[in-house]
Amino acid sequence: MPSDDVQDLGGQAFGVYVHWPFCLSKCPYCDFNSHVRHVAVDEPRFLRAFVTEIETTAKRTPGRTVSSIFLGGGTPSLMQPQTVGTILDTIGKHWKVAPDVEVTLEANPSSVEAMRFRGYRAAGVNRVSIGVQSLEDGALKALGRLHNAREALDAVAIARTTFPRYSFDLIYARPGQTPASWKPELERALSEAGEHLSLYQLTIEPDTPFHTLHAGGKLVVPDEDTARDLFDVTQEICTRAGLPAYEISNHARPGAECRHNLVYWRTHEYAGIGPGAHGRLDIEGQRHATATERRPEAWVMRVESDGHGIVTDEELLREERADEFLLMGLRLAEGVDLNRYSAIAGKPLDPLQIKMLSELGFIETDASGRLRVTQAGFPVLDAVVADLAA
Amino acid sequence: MVEQVLDSMDIERERGITIKAQTVRLNYKARDGKTYILNLIDTPGHVDFAYEVNRSLAACEGSLLVVDASQGVEAQTLANVYHALDAGHEVVPVLNKVDLPAAEPDKVKQQIEDVIGLDASNAIRISAKTGQNVPEVLEAIVTRLPPPKGDREAALKALLVDSWYDSYLGVVVLVRVVDGTMKKGQLIRMMGTNATYEVDRVGVFTPKLLPVDELGPGEIGFLTASIKEVADTRVGDTITDDRKPTENALPGFRPSIPVVFCGLFPVDAAQFEDLRAAMGRLRLNDASFSYEMETSAALGFGFRCGFLGLLHLEIIQERLEREFNLDLIATAPSVIYKMTLRGGKDIEIHNPVDMPDPMQILEIREPWIEATILTPDDYLGAVLKLCQDRRGAQVDLTYVGSRAMAKYNLPLNEVVFDFYDRLKSVSKGYASFDYHLTDYKPADLVKMSILVNDEAVDALSMLVHRTRAEGRGRAMVEKLKELIPSHMFQIPIQAAIGGKIIARETVRAFRKDVTAKCYGGDISRKRKLLDKQKKGKKRMRQFGKVDIPQEAFIAALKVDV
Repeated sequence: MPSDDVQDLGGQAFGVYVHWPFCLSKCPYCDFNSHVRHVAVDEPRFLRAFVTEIETTAKRTPGRTVSSIFLGGGTPSLMQPQTVGTILDTIGKHWKVAPDVEVTLEANPSSVEAMRFRGYRAAGVNRVSIGVQSLEDGALKALGRLHNAREALDAVAIARTTFPRYSFDLIYARPGQTPASWKPELERALSEAGEHLSLYQLTIEPDTPFHTLHAGGKLVVPDEDTARDLFDVTQEICTRAGLPAYEISNHARPGAECRHNLVYWRTHEYAGIGPGAHGRLDIEGQRHATATERRPEAWVMRVESDGHGIVTDEELLREERADEFLLMGLRLAEGVDLNRYSAIAGKPLDPLQIKMLSELGFIETDASGRLRVTQAGFPVLDAVVADLAA
Repeated sequence: MVEQVLDSMDIERERGITIKAQTVRLNYKARDGKTYILNLIDTPGHVDFAYEVNRSLAACEGSLLVVDASQGVEAQTLANVYHALDAGHEVVPVLNKVDLPAAEPDKVKQQIEDVIGLDASNAIRISAKTGQNVPEVLEAIVTRLPPPKGDREAALKALLVDSWYDSYLGVVVLVRVVDGTMKKGQLIRMMGTNATYEVDRVGVFTPKLLPVDELGPGEIGFLTASIKEVADTRVGDTITDDRKPTENALPGFRPSIPVVFCGLFPVDAAQFEDLRAAMGRLRLNDASFSYEMETSAALGFGFRCGFLGLLHLEIIQERLEREFNLDLIATAPSVIYKMTLRGGKDIEIHNPVDMPDPMQILEIREPWIEATILTPDDYLGAVLKLCQDRRGAQVDLTYVGSRAMAKYNLPLNEVVFDFYDRLKSVSKGYASFDYHLTDYKPADLVKMSILVNDEAVDALSMLVHRTRAEGRGRAMVEKLKELIPSHMFQIPIQAAIGGKIIARETVRAFRKDVTAKCYGGDISRKRKLLDKQKKGKKRMRQFGKVDIPQEAFIAALKVDV
C-alpha cells in the first residue's frame, strides 16, 4: 500500500504538464505528439509561448497549489536548462507551489543529454525519467532508438548522482522476446534501478510505422500467451525485488511512486501546457477536458494571438467523468473509492457486475469501500473496466 | 421513368424479385385497328408467394409465361405454369432477355416443350430491356388469349383479389369485375363477411392509381369505401351490389397460412414497442404474416411470427430493419409440429420452447413436402446427396437434355434451415427449387438444447430428427465457438438432448489485453476506446456472464450439416 505522503488526498493535488514536442528522430512505435525538425527550433519563441500559456492557465485556476510538474514530450531533454528554469520559475510566479513539489523531466539517455543533467537539476528538476527502453543493443536498434545500452547505463549512473529521484522506462513484449530472454534483462535493469521503474508492454498503435509493418505481417509481436507470461514474470521479479506494481505499468518502492502520474490516475486536477497537451480542470464545479493545438508552430501562433493554445474545452458529462474515474483509477493497485464513484456518477456501480467479477477473482472490495483489481485481473484490465463501465 | 417500375420496394429492386403482384391497365391499339383495354398483373415467382400467383390467376383469362432465355426453365416456372393451367388459362410462352450474349432461346424453347410439355413453337422472342418484339406480345394478348366473357347487365359480381393500406386513400381493394358494373356511390356487399360499404371511388392502375367512372366486366381496378382495416377484407371474397345481389358467389381461394415460424426480438430491449408498432404497420399490407408476443429467457420480449416460407421471413425481417430502423435477432425457424399426448390430447407446436416433456408424448408428426428440383446434370450428384442427407425420399428423376428434374419427398424442417442456400451452393447457383406441402408423418424428433456456460439458451433450441441431432449439434457448437468472442474466463458450449451432452466445444479465456501508456494525460482517447467497447457490448446479449453477439443467433442456424 502507498505510504501516507502519497495517499489519495481527494481534490488537493494539482499537476502541471508541459509538453516539448520535438525529437531528433521519430521512433517507429511512437504515436505521441512528437515532431522532427531539420532546421533549428526557435527555442526562445517557444519559451515565450510557454510563459504566456502558463500565465493564462494560472488565471483560470487561481488558488491552486502545484504538487507536481512534469516535463514530457517529445524529448524535453533537448531543451536548454535555462529554458526549463524559466518554465519552472514562471509556474512558481503564477501559482503557489508545494514545498515538496515533484518536478520530473523526461530524458533520452544520449551522452549529450546526460551532460545537461546538472543544468536541469540546478534549474529545479528533482526527478528524471529516462527513456532507456531496453538494455540490448539489437532491441534498441529495432525500436529505432538512437542510443545503445552502454550510453543508457551511463546516463542512469549520472542521473543517480545528480537527482534525488530517478526512474527509467523499458519496453517489453517486443518482437521475438520470451520470458527466458526478458528475465535477465529485467534483473539487470532492477540492479540499476532506483526506487521507480516503468515497464510498458509494446503496443502497436495506429498511424505508426510499426502498425504498417505489423499489418503487413513483417512485424510479429509475441502472441497472447507469451505476452501474458511476460507480464506474469515481470510482476513476480519486480515484487521480489521490492518494486511491486503500484500501477499496471509502473513499479516503485512504497512511497516512491511518481506523484504526477498519480494525479492522472486518481483523476485529480492538472493543467496541460504546450502543443497537444491535455488538461482536466475543475471550474465552477464542472470538470473541463482541455486539449491544445497539436502542431507545434500552429500552437505557438495561437498562443501569441490568443494567450493560449486550447482548441477543445468541453465540460465532461457525469457518465464521462465516471468512465474516466474507473479507467484511470483501476490501473492503480490501490483501486478506487466506490463512494467517490457514486458521487461522480450519481449512481453506484452495478452490484451484479461487481459480484460477477469478484467471483471470477478479477476484483476485490474491502470494508472501507475500495474496489481494486487483483493480480489475476490486471492482465485483462481493459475487459474488467469495460464490464464495470458497461 | 424509373426502371423496374412495378417492383417498387427497395428489396424487390435490389434482389431483382417480385414480392407483391402489381397491376397495370393499358389501352392498346391492335393491328386490326381496334383499341383494346389490357389488364395485366405482374406476379411473383417464388414459391413463398404462390398465393399471390393463384389469386392473380383467378383474376385473369390467360397468362404470359416469361422465361429468361439465358437461365432457362426453373422449378418455380414449372409450378407456376401448372397453377395457370389448373386455373384454365391459355398460356403464351415468351422468351425474354434474348439480347444477352448468354441467351439460348432455341435451347430454352426446347426445354419449355420437354420439361413443361407446353407447345412453344409460337414462343415470342423479346428483350424487355431493349423493347425488341414487345409489340408482338401485346398483339398475342389480343389474338391468342381469350377475352373476358362477362355480362354488363347482370348483377355485380367481382372478385376481391387483394387489399392494402394506403396512407392517403385508406384501405384500397383490388377487384376483378366478372359481371355487372361498379361505380361511385354504389352500395356494395362483401358476400363472405356480409359487410356493406358505399363505394367512395373506383379506378385503375396506370400503374399509378387513376380514378375512373366505373369498372365493367373484365376490368381489373380498385375501389375505396371507408373500410377501416385491411383485416375487414377477405381476399377471395365476392363483392356484389347490396340492392341487387348476385346469386352465386365466386369459388374464392384457400387463405394463405404461415408454415414457417420464428421469434423476432429487438437487439435493444428498449425497441420492443417500436417493433410492435412496426409489425402492425407491415401487417396492414401483408396479411399473410402473423405475430404474437413471446417472452424468451434469453432474449427478453419479442414476437413469435409466422411466414409463408423462408424468403418471406427474410423479407419481413429485412423490411422491419430497414424501413423501421430496428436491430433484430431471429431465432431458429420452426415448422408446425403436431403431437398426440398420452391421454389422447392433440396439440400443435411451432416453438421448441413449448415442447412438452418427452414422457408425455405418444407421437410427434412433422410436415412433409414434395420438392421439385431442376439442375444441370453436372451438379445432380451433389443435389441428390443433399436431399438424401436431409432425410429425403426420391419420388422421380427424369432427364431433359442436359438437365435433370428430381422430385423428392422431404421433411419441411430440414428445408427451413438452409436447404435453399445449400442447394444454390452445391449447384453453383444453377439448381432451382419449388415445393408444396403434402402431409404430416410421424417422426422421431427430439429437442436439442444449446448450453452456453452451462446455461440453456432457449432461443437456440430446436427440434431435430434423432438421427440428425448429433451432426447438427456438433456443427452448432463449432459455429458458436467461432462466433462467441473470448471472455475473461473459459466458456463451455454444449449441445444436449435432455440431460445428455451430444457435442461440446470450449471458447478459451483470453489471458492478456493490452493496456498501454497514457500520453501526457490524454484520457479522452482512452475514454473513446472504452466508449467503443461499451457500444460493442450493447450489440450483444448477455446470458449469465457471457456476451453473445447477435450475428451468432443467425449464423448458428445456417450451419452446414
